[in-house]
Amino acid sequence: MTQDVGSGAVGSPVERLDGQAKVTGNAPYAFEQLTEGAVYLHPLRAPVARGRVTEMDTSAAEAVGGVRAILLAGQVEQLDTRDRELAVLQSREVAFRGQYVGAVLATTPENARHAASLVRVSCAASPPDVALEGDRADLYAPEVVNPRFGTDTEQGDTDSAFEEAAYFIDRTYRTPMEHNNPMEPHATVAHWDGGELSLYDSTQGAHSVRATLAPLFGLPTDRVRVQAPHVGGGFGSKGLPHANVVLAALAARSVPGTPVKFAVTRQQIFTVAGHRTPTIQRIRLGATRSGELTAITHDVVEHTSRIKEFAEQTAVPTRNMYRAANRRTTHRLAALDVPVPSWMRAPGECPGMFALESAVDEMARECGQDPVEFRIRNEPSEDPETGLPFSSHNLATCLRRGAEGFGWYDRNAPARSSPDAAGWIPGVGVAASTYPVFRSPGSRALVLAEGSGRYRVSIGAVDIGTGARTALTQIAADALGTEVSAIDLRIADTALPYANVAGGSSGTTCWGTAIHEAAGKLRAEHGSAPLPGASAEGETTSNPESGRFAMHAYGAQFAEVRVHADTGEVRVPRMLGVFAVGRVINPRTARSQFLGGMTMGLSMALHEEAVLDHELGHVVNQDLAEYHIATNADVGAIEITWLDEQDPHVNPMGSKGIGEIGIVGTAAAVANAVQHATGVRVRQLPITPDKLIS
Amino acid sequence: MIPFEYRRAEDTDSAVAAVEEAPRAVFLAGGTNLVDHLKLGITAPEELVDVTALPLDTIESTPDGGLRIGATVRNSDLAASPPVRERYRALSLALLSGASAQLRNRATTGGNLLQRTRCPYFQEVTTPCNKRSPGTGCSALHGHNKNHAVLGASDSCVATHPSDMAVAMAALDGTVHVRSSRDERTIPVTELHRLPGEQPHRDTVLERGELITAVDLPPLPEGTYTAYRKVRERASYAFALVSVAAVLRVANGVIDDVRLAFGGLAHKPWRAGTAEERLRGAIPEEATFREAAEAELSVARPLADNAFKIPLARNTLGAVLRDLTTEVLR
Ligand SMILES: Cc1cc2nc3c(=O)[nH]c(=O)nc-3n(C[C@H](O)[C@H](O)[C@H](O)COP(=O)(O)OP(=O)(O)OC[C@H]3O[C@@H](n4cnc5c(N)ncnc54)[C@H](O)[C@@H]3O)c2cc1C
Ligand code: SF4
Repeated sequence: MTQDVGSGAVGSPVERLDGQAKVTGNAPYAFEQLTEGAVYLHPLRAPVARGRVTEMDTSAAEAVGGVRAILLAGQVEQLDTRDRELAVLQSREVAFRGQYVGAVLATTPENARHAASLVRVSCAASPPDVALEGDRADLYAPEVVNPRFGTDTEQGDTDSAFEEAAYFIDRTYRTPMEHNNPMEPHATVAHWDGGELSLYDSTQGAHSVRATLAPLFGLPTDRVRVQAPHVGGGFGSKGLPHANVVLAALAARSVPGTPVKFAVTRQQIFTVAGHRTPTIQRIRLGATRSGELTAITHDVVEHTSRIKEFAEQTAVPTRNMYRAANRRTTHRLAALDVPVPSWMRAPGECPGMFALESAVDEMARECGQDPVEFRIRNEPSEDPETGLPFSSHNLATCLRRGAEGFGWYDRNAPARSSPDAAGWIPGVGVAASTYPVFRSPGSRALVLAEGSGRYRVSIGAVDIGTGARTALTQIAADALGTEVSAIDLRIADTALPYANVAGGSSGTTCWGTAIHEAAGKLRAEHGSAPLPGASAEGETTSNPESGRFAMHAYGAQFAEVRVHADTGEVRVPRMLGVFAVGRVINPRTARSQFLGGMTMGLSMALHEEAVLDHELGHVVNQDLAEYHIATNADVGAIEITWLDEQDPHVNPMGSKGIGEIGIVGTAAAVANAVQHATGVRVRQLPITPDKLIS
Repeated sequence: MIPFEYRRAEDTDSAVAAVEEAPRAVFLAGGTNLVDHLKLGITAPEELVDVTALPLDTIESTPDGGLRIGATVRNSDLAASPPVRERYRALSLALLSGASAQLRNRATTGGNLLQRTRCPYFQEVTTPCNKRSPGTGCSALHGHNKNHAVLGASDSCVATHPSDMAVAMAALDGTVHVRSSRDERTIPVTELHRLPGEQPHRDTVLERGELITAVDLPPLPEGTYTAYRKVRERASYAFALVSVAAVLRVANGVIDDVRLAFGGLAHKPWRAGTAEERLRGAIPEEATFREAAEAELSVARPLADNAFKIPLARNTLGAVLRDLTTEVLR
């Protein structure tokens, strides 16, 4: 594959094309669509975590003015699915607290909510089982872990290697249940008209919503249309349609011709929109006297729901981060009475690298080595799992450049310095980041010459706030040898050519490759000044080089913390991230992705934790006053840089994904810095004052 | 949200009368707490009597050199008012440590005092809660209780009062002015909120229909320093794990006047009388602060998730007094 230098549009810091519309309120999001004559949905939710609904008394609700319809579990049309998350209202069994058991449709949201509160839902309940423990008897090995990785791996003989090791550590790390909370809560406007279903949805994939919903409702795909013109963040929680989307469509079918609007409340997000599983991760490391890792084991326990399995690939990054002849990774699940877990920014890498990068820090100390040098010393020269060469691997450069830029080598050598006059103890920490280069086949793009040097580029991709709209326009301009302003990009609609979901940090790869192919074809077939009406289609195939190279992005993150000696409060005044992610399409929007990722990683390090009540089974802290996400005041100076990395193997643009790598490693860098400041190793996130107070 | 009537009261008499007449009417001030509760179904009043147009929005000096703060003064205005910043710094700091700028722009003095607990079970109507539905039990007692009380709680309720402002006012010896159609009375801020006992549904000693009209702060003698320190899980926009309001005066090398209140530890702002007694007349030094805090906290009873609050309260009190002493001696 060759990189193409094109018009120079790729690589320039183009401002977001939709930025002005967004900040002036002129970019309509899903819920703002089809307001005329719409009705509003408020769901009924299971008041117990396990059992079945025995009775639903709707008499008082029916009397509320403006109520158009009430849907009840077990009394709606059948849906064609074996996916029990999406089998909405199909039975009266309750699998988790807050599960949808009905819905009220009314002419105002207030009346819908009020009427819903008047429906009396009676249940036969049994005590729920929601507590994840590492020694549960019912832990099982899933067939694969997300998306299709092997569950366990084993290389060499770890037991003997640990016995022979000069240095050995055996540590258990825990990360809590966490919830993606995009700024824009999940929202759908569903409309059935003449046997066709059309949706405005806040989703990461218009085509994936269609592909899921059409068979569910027994429709051919061409009778379902999904549009997602603007989306206010997803972080994975809008990657797959969840029960809320099905409920909206189901409700719309009961009032044909009338649009049904359903905005999930912030509280409901904590039960219906997916979450990151809690993890219990045991890591053992063995090293030689000179600090070379000889054996690594990473054994992960996590939860899934009873009705649908989601197995987060937490130990997967450990399979190729560091060199070691002996290695084992395992994943075990407990199926509990909990909501269905799903993707949350960097599933697998994010919690897994917290544990691995904390353990590596602990081992570096054990060996008396500098954590930066220790990591570089243990870099693999090829993928330890497959033996394949890396398409590019520049972690060492990230670490070294970061260490210089951060002033790493000027830090206090011993842990635990003394507090300043206001009681704050400083510390610094480092951790590595990584994220695989994913590429799925199938995305298609259509390029149409409009005359006068203008082009229309169509692809059903969704911009979830990342800046994809802008980046794809740049890719098209570049491949067509023209200016960004000459491109009319149409996205976010299933009426346009198929596009993969915005997930796995692969959107730009999948969509950009298709655009690149289409543009190349157009120019090959019609020359550099095609006549109006000339068009060409391009499709992204599997990467032909994927069997020849291991492909990953890397980064190094440095954090400076201050821990208050009296109160255990942790502040992070400064962070630095250095990334090697191939070619950066748009430095401006890329920087935002890294910033956002590291901010979310900081939030994970210090704040985020959903707490399940063991008797009632619900997420206790189910709003943003109680589920803490970093505020502006928590975020200090974050400096972002990246290497000028050339990788001709990943895709025609030479770019790797950037959406997720920023969150990977941040929490470990902070935890390592807290250890450096205080001498206290916090192995359970988040790092809150109670864990540091003495 | 249930349907309700809305009325904007023009004068205090009619506001009080309106609430007294309708058995399920309540006062509405900034609405930052009450409106959330309407949406969540925690309360279902049939009438909201808006008090924000009442002439209770002034901050005035009293003849004795103290301050009278009207019940409808917005939290942000109060925090920014020069006499508060100059003479009652702890109050300004407490207000500014609370909520967010937008919320403080709406929230009022009266509403802030009467805001209800943030216990997450109280806020989720499908769970048992004695405060919300008397007799149903307390979900927090054996549930998630990291943010709950370690002082003065009962088995019926272990909730804390969330206000920062009230903690500062408790340390500053504030007095609440209250009126009903029958009479007017004053209540020390420290006695406004109750401990839960067997009746956790009653947050305060107010009777139904009583309107808060003002809070008075007595003058502080020359040489008195005040401070407020809030410890929370993020740098902003979070309720206190523990907070401390302190008033300190040192004369001739010994503590001449000290008034201390804790937030985040109890069902009310916790005036630390035992600690104050130990400190009065003592030389202000670290070991003494610690002893005083420990004496105050010796009656603390931690729950499963909140034992950390006891050392945290001790350390925070120590840190506040240490910093204040440094300032006093400067
Ligand atoms: C996300 C969030 C974060 C917050 N963080 C903090 C924080 O960190 N610290 C903090 O201290 N607070 C915090 N708050 C709470 C905030 O301070 C209160 O909501 C606010 O002070 C309430 O004032 P209000 O005027 O809006 O009261 P309203 O909501 O109008 O009323 C509250 C109650 O007081 C009654 N009432 C109001 N005025 C009178 C009166 N004059 N006489 C008699 N009864 C009256 C009402 O009937 C109602 O029962 C937070 C709130 C939110 C939503
Ligand atoms: S602590 Fe009080 S408010 Fe919370 S659940 Fe118990 S009774 Fe209700």
